[in-house]
Amino acid sequence: MSNFSIDIQNINKSYEKTTALKNINLSVNKGELFGLVGPDGAGKTSLIRILTSLVLPDSGQAFVDGFDVVKDYKKIRQNVGYMPGKFSLYMDLTVLENLNFFATIFGTTIEENYELVKPIYSQIESFKHRKAGALSGGMKQKLALSCALIHKPTVLFLDEPTTGVDAVSRVEFWGMLKDLKSKGISILVSTPYMDEAELCDRVALMQSGEIMQINSPQQIVNDFSHTLWQLKSDNLYKTLQSLRNWDKTHSAHAFGQSVHFVANSSKITSSEIKEYMEEAGLENIEISGIKASIEDCFMELMTNNPTN
Amino acid sequence: MKAFKGFVIKEFYHIFRDSRSLLILFGIPIAQVILFGYIITTEISDANIAILDHSKDAVTREIIQKTLSSGFFKLAATIERESEIDAIFRKGIAKEVLIFEPDFEEKLNKGESPSIQIIADASDANTANLLVSYASAIIQNYNREQMQSRGVPMQIEARIRMYYNPELKGVYFFVPGIMAVILMLISAMMTSVSIAREKEMGNMEILLVSPLKPIQIIIGKLMPYFLLSFINAVSVLSLGYIVFGVPVNGSIVLLLAESMLFITLALSLGLLISSIAESQQVAMFISMLGLMLPTILLSGFIYPIENMPMWLQYICHIMPPKYFIIIVKDIMLKGVGLEYLWPETLILTGMTLFLIVVASKKFKTRLA
Repeated sequence: MSNFSIDIQNINKSYEKTTALKNINLSVNKGELFGLVGPDGAGKTSLIRILTSLVLPDSGQAFVDGFDVVKDYKKIRQNVGYMPGKFSLYMDLTVLENLNFFATIFGTTIEENYELVKPIYSQIESFKHRKAGALSGGMKQKLALSCALIHKPTVLFLDEPTTGVDAVSRVEFWGMLKDLKSKGISILVSTPYMDEAELCDRVALMQSGEIMQINSPQQIVNDFSHTLWQLKSDNLYKTLQSLRNWDKTHSAHAFGQSVHFVANSSKITSSEIKEYMEEAGLENIEISGIKASIEDCFMELMTNNPTN
Repeated sequence: MKAFKGFVIKEFYHIFRDSRSLLILFGIPIAQVILFGYIITTEISDANIAILDHSKDAVTREIIQKTLSSGFFKLAATIERESEIDAIFRKGIAKEVLIFEPDFEEKLNKGESPSIQIIADASDANTANLLVSYASAIIQNYNREQMQSRGVPMQIEARIRMYYNPELKGVYFFVPGIMAVILMLISAMMTSVSIAREKEMGNMEILLVSPLKPIQIIIGKLMPYFLLSFINAVSVLSLGYIVFGVPVNGSIVLLLAESMLFITLALSLGLLISSIAESQQVAMFISMLGLMLPTILLSGFIYPIENMPMWLQYICHIMPPKYFIIIVKDIMLKGVGLEYLWPETLILTGMTLFLIVVASKKFKTRLA
């Protein structure tokens, strides 16, 4: 059939009154690390659940490994690995028992696929007799990933795997995903963190059940057509407020301790901005031109399609 | 098959590592048998009795004297007519009435056997039974004493009548009742809670996205509890026998087979509950309210069904524990076999099949 690991065509899904997914089209190549990026409520989990055959779409078709998610759901359940958003190992079982259990229900053994999980599992193997409930967040996540991998899936679905995990473990985790990708496993990962989007081969930026853009992170950043300014002052909130009231503002968003600002004309100069900010009574003003990040692109897309 | 075995092993880990579920599994049955057993077999002292003496002669006075000085009975009323007995019981003035027939001493002297009627309020069957046996023991004792002193065999006859509950339902009745309650509790509540836990913790999501078939998940969940419930049924029976001497007069094999049938029924009820309940709390709540209370109140375990209003009796007829209690009681106490119990067995089997079909239909292969 197709060369795609995942092929989604015109998928729609709504729950009672809320629309979770609107006309989603997406395909993931074999061996690709693909990111679904968007805030909570963007529809990432719904999409992953449709692909793992847990939820039926209202309309449209989707194929995983060439299998229809509705008709061939049993085939899909044998071949994919899935790590749900909620940490879903058995807390009262030990590390080893958890891994053993998931190996058994997939009809395999730890020994058989040890090579695949080794780089991850070896990091927690010294705790193998500890109950999963007593592990730290990062270790739990490694165990969950090991369990999702133990049957050598062809496609791996990870729903917000790094939510609630510390920064160091997050970096490690993405390193592991890169390794898995190099072994030919296609990975679809969802994340609310924009900085993680840059670690994917391609990403789909999602918002309110719609895909705003699909591209490689590099291309998305390159496509950012505006001049972006980073503004700092003694009062972040006041800066944001006064900029949003300015008739020359296209958009202004808070990013940590600074404001990322786009003017509605590319001819604007830094002295012009500084002048305006001084008039607004702000002090310690710092202005610099910066390169856009994925988050800036996401904000820009949101500004252009205010769906909600 | 290996996958299924792994699943069952995992289930046992859950059960044996959770001290709460262990307590429910093994603590509650033992506690219940012992509690009910001792509450029902309490000793009697200073029980209120009423006396209706038609002769009022030396012998009757002596017997009354003996009875009241025994320490078991306290005179609550002296009455003159039989028609007053009902009022005495209904107002709860006395639990027992002794009636001496007219010309008591005269008949005794003529060598006849005058009689004392012992009437007990048997709505509390155990107390009634004890009161009656104490009173007749006192009369027997008097007989013996007189025989030794007079050298003539004397026959004062004690005639016993039970009011309200002539069959004395309630004696030994706690064992069948407790079996029904415990099997319902363990089987239905524990399974529904354990499946709801998988849903609540998100484990069900992974189980569904695995090659395990729904039927394997269901049976894998039910099997450990089936086994443990069966162990419980056996331990309730043995405790009843060892501690309280409650006999099993009928076939043990039949009794255990009927227990398995009832366990299966309770398990499928638990499965049904878990298909509605999304969290452990909800599952627990539904099991408690929807199963435990009706099992205790509407099965005839504590309150006789015949005394309920008509509309409540109809509800009782659809309560599975009712039939199970009848079956267990009849096997244990009357010693009857399947030839008498096939209607109840058939009803239970029908209910079980119905529940299994509904529960498996309702078990979702997907989320929501």
